[in-house]
Amino acid sequence: MPLQTPPLRGIHDDRGAKFTEFGGWDMPVEFDSIQTEHAAVREDVGIFDVSHMGQIHVTGVDATELMQRLTSNDVSRLEVGDSQYAAITDEEGNIIDDTVVYRLPADGGDPTYLFVPNAGTDEATHERWIGYRNEWDLEATVDNRTDEYAMFAVQGPKAAELVATLADEPVDELDRFEARDATIDDVTCWTARTGYTGEDGFELIVPWPEAERIWSLFECQPCGLGARDTLRIEAGFLLAGQDFDHESDPRTPYEAGIGFTVDLETEFVGRDALERVNEAGIEEELVGFQLIDRGIPRHGYDITNTDSRVVGTVTSGTMSPSLEKPIGLGYVPIEYAEPGTTLQIIVRGQSKKARVETTPFIDTV
Amino acid sequence: MSFDIPDDRRYQESHEWALENDGTVRVGISDFAQDELGDVVFVELPGEGDAVTRSEEFGVIESIKAVSDLYAPVSGEVTAVNEALFDAPELVNQEPFGEGWMLEIAADDTSELEALLSAEEYEDQIA
Repeated sequence: MPLQTPPLRGIHDDRGAKFTEFGGWDMPVEFDSIQTEHAAVREDVGIFDVSHMGQIHVTGVDATELMQRLTSNDVSRLEVGDSQYAAITDEEGNIIDDTVVYRLPADGGDPTYLFVPNAGTDEATHERWIGYRNEWDLEATVDNRTDEYAMFAVQGPKAAELVATLADEPVDELDRFEARDATIDDVTCWTARTGYTGEDGFELIVPWPEAERIWSLFECQPCGLGARDTLRIEAGFLLAGQDFDHESDPRTPYEAGIGFTVDLETEFVGRDALERVNEAGIEEELVGFQLIDRGIPRHGYDITNTDSRVVGTVTSGTMSPSLEKPIGLGYVPIEYAEPGTTLQIIVRGQSKKARVETTPFIDTV
Repeated sequence: MSFDIPDDRRYQESHEWALENDGTVRVGISDFAQDELGDVVFVELPGEGDAVTRSEEFGVIESIKAVSDLYAPVSGEVTAVNEALFDAPELVNQEPFGEGWMLEIAADDTSELEALLSAEEYEDQIA
């Protein structure tokens, strides 16, 4: 299948970006250096093209019910301009995807939502929503608008100042997880105080034809998926397909450390299974760890206990640019999940000492 | 983008360079290779006195995004290791042909270097 091209492919290329395939998209992985881009976001401000993220639009008299029954969090709590992080789970309560759900201004008087599934999952998610809508006989329109909108993440301690300078509205007054339409150079952009770096920042959903022009207004460090990965690991955030993978290693939100997205007071696909898990308790849990010995943990490396018995697998790992220490995430039995526990990571056949750490690894907003 | 390719040394297709001086061969990776890897954050090298074999792995270099094996350009005994890289692996990015060198090998047979690429041939390879 040919790679999908983001709307800004040309200007990223001109800027000297290196590209990588991610979720079926040809995306910039690095502009200058991962460490430079990472530092810009931690200390100043950087901008990411995240147009590979899906955008699904849901509206209609039953839109709230449809969203409620297909995501794990309580959608009914959302006022217009609110957003929430949620899991999309199967009947067994395993994570299919994670997403942010935004409540948009009412469309023709009906409740309206936009949610952002991960790269490459938008078509399957769209079909899932349509399928359940038909099965439950709900009245809602579900549109996959991934190809209509670009998405930018402007992140860092100076992100609010930068976005506020460009927008006609006082977007710096938004609280975390609040969003609104904002006008940037006469273009209406859905502007949310959200992000996936652990820093303050905004995500902007921009009409695809205007994307290049709006991007060019942001005079700050362009950042690629490489820095996005190091930033999100430091913040302890999950990467779909890596820290949870519905096909190869199904995990519940409780195992993945996002039990806070599960509201058992609501009815949703997977709820009953998750209630049972919640009552019985989990057997394995995603933990953060720091490598004490020299080496770098990578996805797929074995985790052993001090008796050299394999007890888990590394799901993500990197050399943390902020901490200058090798860090990672991985699933282990809960008896090994306590911070301070000593484990071993098998790095290319060699056993390296590691210690379970509290996540996030860094202070986050 | 153009890369430095000094013509005083030979190159492997796997992007290591080899600079011979009186039977001792200094080894590092090319400017192109360090750029492809991105920020180098870790190197694993053999110890002094270890034997290395031409075309076989002698170590590992890791950037934030990738892990790569390093291959010996000649067979011989390791006579020096650039230990500065253990604390400052970024030297590989900053000066791949200078302070970012990795090993010195007392070559068993310096004629092995003739099998490697000239600067011009290496430039064609990465073009």
